[in-house]
Amino acid sequence: MITIKNLTFAYGSRAPIFQGYSLEIERGEALSIIGPSGCGKTTLLYLLAGLRHPQAGSITIDQNPITRPRPRSGLVLQDHGLLPWQTVRENARLGLTIWGFYGSDGRHAPVDENISSRQADLRVDGWLAKLGIESLRDQYPLKLSRGQRQRTAIARTLAMQPDVLLMDEPFSALDAPTREDLQKFIIDLHAASDLTYIIVTHDIEVAVVMGKKILALAKGCNQNAHMIDNACAGPTTGRRQDEFQQTCEDVRDLLGSLT
Amino acid sequence: MNNRLDIRAVLIGLLMFFAIWQVLAWMIQRPIMPSPFQVLPIFFGSLFGELGIHFLASTGRVLAAIALAVVSAVPIGLGLGQMPQVNRIFAPLIAIVYPIPKIVFLPVIYVLMGITDISKIFLIALIIFFQILVVVRDEAANLHPELILSVRSLGAGRRALFRYVYFPASLPAVLTALRVSVGTAVAVLFIAEQSLTTYGLGYFIVVETYQVLRYPEMYAGILAMGLLGLVLYLIIYHLELKVNYYRAEEQN
Repeated sequence: MITIKNLTFAYGSRAPIFQGYSLEIERGEALSIIGPSGCGKTTLLYLLAGLRHPQAGSITIDQNPITRPRPRSGLVLQDHGLLPWQTVRENARLGLTIWGFYGSDGRHAPVDENISSRQADLRVDGWLAKLGIESLRDQYPLKLSRGQRQRTAIARTLAMQPDVLLMDEPFSALDAPTREDLQKFIIDLHAASDLTYIIVTHDIEVAVVMGKKILALAKGCNQNAHMIDNACAGPTTGRRQDEFQQTCEDVRDLLGSLT
Repeated sequence: MNNRLDIRAVLIGLLMFFAIWQVLAWMIQRPIMPSPFQVLPIFFGSLFGELGIHFLASTGRVLAAIALAVVSAVPIGLGLGQMPQVNRIFAPLIAIVYPIPKIVFLPVIYVLMGITDISKIFLIALIIFFQILVVVRDEAANLHPELILSVRSLGAGRRALFRYVYFPASLPAVLTALRVSVGTAVAVLFIAEQSLTTYGLGYFIVVETYQVLRYPEMYAGILAMGLLGLVLYLIIYHLELKVNYYRAEEQN
């Protein structure tokens, strides 16, 4: 369970984006965070990832305070964050390579997992295959399409077997078939495990497809969590159109009421 | 690097170089411009003798200076690139010192450090140091913040970031800086070796040959010094192509 208590955060001396903000996210939740640009949705994700630190209040995952990146939290950014001088396979293995670099120290890498170099290779190859990019494994990122780069970034994160998956606009630059394919991949993965995922998006339809709960953030200072339940999350196929459109309207209205 | 250099280009270049030299020798017809046919036998004859020792002395000094400059400039450049607040303090100083021709410090360095090999190596290292410092700093500062964040989210601390991000990211720039500064380094070596040593190509060219009018031997020395600059340049150029493999792939 992820618990945010009385969070206050501001960049430098600017007005706070969050003040006394509290939120609970259940284990196994599928949460979308939506809001206009500059509302602090990426900031909230970075706070959850341990890459930013609250000025006041606390963030805990399973009762452990988040003060630095947590080995079992995976982060996928819009800008992919792949190393251009490494192949797809080397990039997808980077997390496990860094674990190997530090050993199971509990700070940089989990204590309970000490996998050999060969096991790491096999696991990475397995994810590359599941994401359909095993044929690209010796290519460099500059040669790949955006969708292929995003798949590599997802493989890199999943190879570390996260229990919390944090994604910042992971589908925003993709064409529709690729986007739907990857959305389904994440949804199926979630259905088959107790993975908690949190996806940040500015796209209402993506938020409704991906989030069983949808958290709306306002531009300015967020003090109260505005969350709505979403019964029609799931892949676009077989979707009840009316209900889906109605939910999108509800989200739109909620966002409108916040500004 | 659109000026690609392969073996064919090097050979053609050398051929043209010697052809023009020969033409000049015919036109000038004075002892100061001997023909390459006179110089080349002397060059190859003494390369494994007296000239070779001077060549090795000069090579050793340049390599030591490159090593000293890389070892000191890379960590400082990475540090400045990662810490904008510190960089802001030192940036004006670096901007002022960077374009100063470091050779003007020669007398100061000689007096302060003594007239040893160390002071010559230090002077050359100083030139390369600033070239590398500036490119490594800018390269580290220009890395996309999101790239750093996403690698940090994989668990990387400072050491892993250096090993997997900063070092490989700045390596191509370090080599480029070396390639463009190696010519200046050899030029300064030539001046530094003219005094207060008995080994080195600068000493050989000026003291042992030029001042005693041994012009053909002097040209053998000049060839050796040119060879030193050319070989260093080609080695660095080759390494540069190697570390830029992922960019070369993209162009094909």
